[in-house]
Amino acid sequence: MLEQVFRDDWGRVVASLVGYLRDVELAEEAAQEAFALAAERWPRDGVPANPTGWLITTARNRAIDRIRRDRTLALKTEQLGRELEEGVEETMDETATFPDERLELVFACCHPALGLDAQVGLTLRTLGGLSTEEIARAFLVPFETMSKRLTRAKHKIRDAGIPFAVPSDHLLPERLDAVLAVVYLIFNEGWGGGRVDLSAEAIRLGRSLVELMPDEAEARALLALMLIDHARCAARFQDGELVLLDEQDRSLWNQQQIEEGRRLLEGALALHGSGPYVIQAAIADLHLREPRDWAEIELLYQRLEQVTSSPVVTMNRAIAVAELEGPRAALALLDRLDLADYRYYHSTRADLLRRLGRNDEARAAYARALELTLAGPEQRFLEGRLRDLCESPE
Amino acid sequence: MKYALVIYNNAEVLERRAEEERRRVVAGVARVLERPPVTAWVRLRDVESATTVRFEQGRTLLTDGPFVESKDYLGGFIIVETESLDGALAVAAELEELRGASACAIEVRPVNEEPLVGA
Repeated sequence: MLEQVFRDDWGRVVASLVGYLRDVELAEEAAQEAFALAAERWPRDGVPANPTGWLITTARNRAIDRIRRDRTLALKTEQLGRELEEGVEETMDETATFPDERLELVFACCHPALGLDAQVGLTLRTLGGLSTEEIARAFLVPFETMSKRLTRAKHKIRDAGIPFAVPSDHLLPERLDAVLAVVYLIFNEGWGGGRVDLSAEAIRLGRSLVELMPDEAEARALLALMLIDHARCAARFQDGELVLLDEQDRSLWNQQQIEEGRRLLEGALALHGSGPYVIQAAIADLHLREPRDWAEIELLYQRLEQVTSSPVVTMNRAIAVAELEGPRAALALLDRLDLADYRYYHSTRADLLRRLGRNDEARAAYARALELTLAGPEQRFLEGRLRDLCESPE
Repeated sequence: MKYALVIYNNAEVLERRAEEERRRVVAGVARVLERPPVTAWVRLRDVESATTVRFEQGRTLLTDGPFVESKDYLGGFIIVETESLDGALAVAAELEELRGASACAIEVRPVNEEPLVGA
């Protein structure tokens, strides 16, 4: 029970403290102290009527104490300095409500003046409440590296004056894209590596974004996309081996997630959304319907190509083209792309060559895909395909 | 907050620029420099006029030319005062759009306003 309150409240408390202190590092430390105090007191004295308010007030007071001990810091935050002069200390008011400032925090953490790695780590730390250790493990980097990365980012937010605010209208579309990209990157990191926790974390973040920005079609569509993909996670592997979509046991699909995703997608369309996440969610949805409407899928990939001009999108369109016009047409499309270091490019190409009976070339393409794939189910799947080809005559 | 916009120029790009184009850029930059967020600015003469001073092995050493030899060189500073980084980035983006040369760039750095303690 306590753990759940903590998980749900961490982002709210940190955001409120950053708004007050204008310093992510101080805010996090103060929040941590307040949560530790709660873990000690609540089981003994009972959970307060307004747990979030209790945590924020306690953390603010802790921060003030800390700053009193270190007066030089007080000079940095003028307003706080004045309050200290006046000897203000907040008394616990059970009815006090604090505005939800998580949105301001998301936009600060995903500000383009920070590197993408830092944006991702910071978002998981401050809003997701993951520990530095957990984030380091999830991204396969040493603890020290992640810790330095996060500290540097927190200092840059403070020292460079990265705004703690929702961007003005003319900047909003671009900044919102950056926020959504961070969440989707977290989701994909969990997906490709079979680390479901990160995907679940991305979905939690996605839910917060929809709650905080109910009128943004793209936020809704991103959540829809993640839910529809994630609904198949139990069917994606059998005994640790990769199972392709067409061979998956549909009874293992999470119908509730699929339906929620579809409702969200409808909501995004009702908001006249037509951005890249709306298109991708619509494609993900079409993939789950039987029989698959490849013509519609191909059309949507064409639209996505126009919006993103990404070669990976063209590659995915080629897969639909293979179903509509055959592998030869798809291969012609792939040959125009510059994706030599992308493992799915080679595995897609290999599959098309295999279907054309060009086994030698298929073997070479599978071998190249394998070189680019880390150990795990995807690697074993490709090895299986390569074995089958070696056993079949040219 | 106060920010320094550190202006980098590229010698090759500027040499290739036609006089008419140069005038257009200068006029545009002058208009930006008159607006409120800009509180001060400094233009530097070209790097060929630089003298570099070092102190090595107990004596002052002078060399003719810039500290860092490069096609890219420091052209000047603009100081702006804006509420947050976004305001400073907007001024820099406007200037770069005016200059329109991908080889040039502006580095935006917050000014350290803490008192210099020591001595």
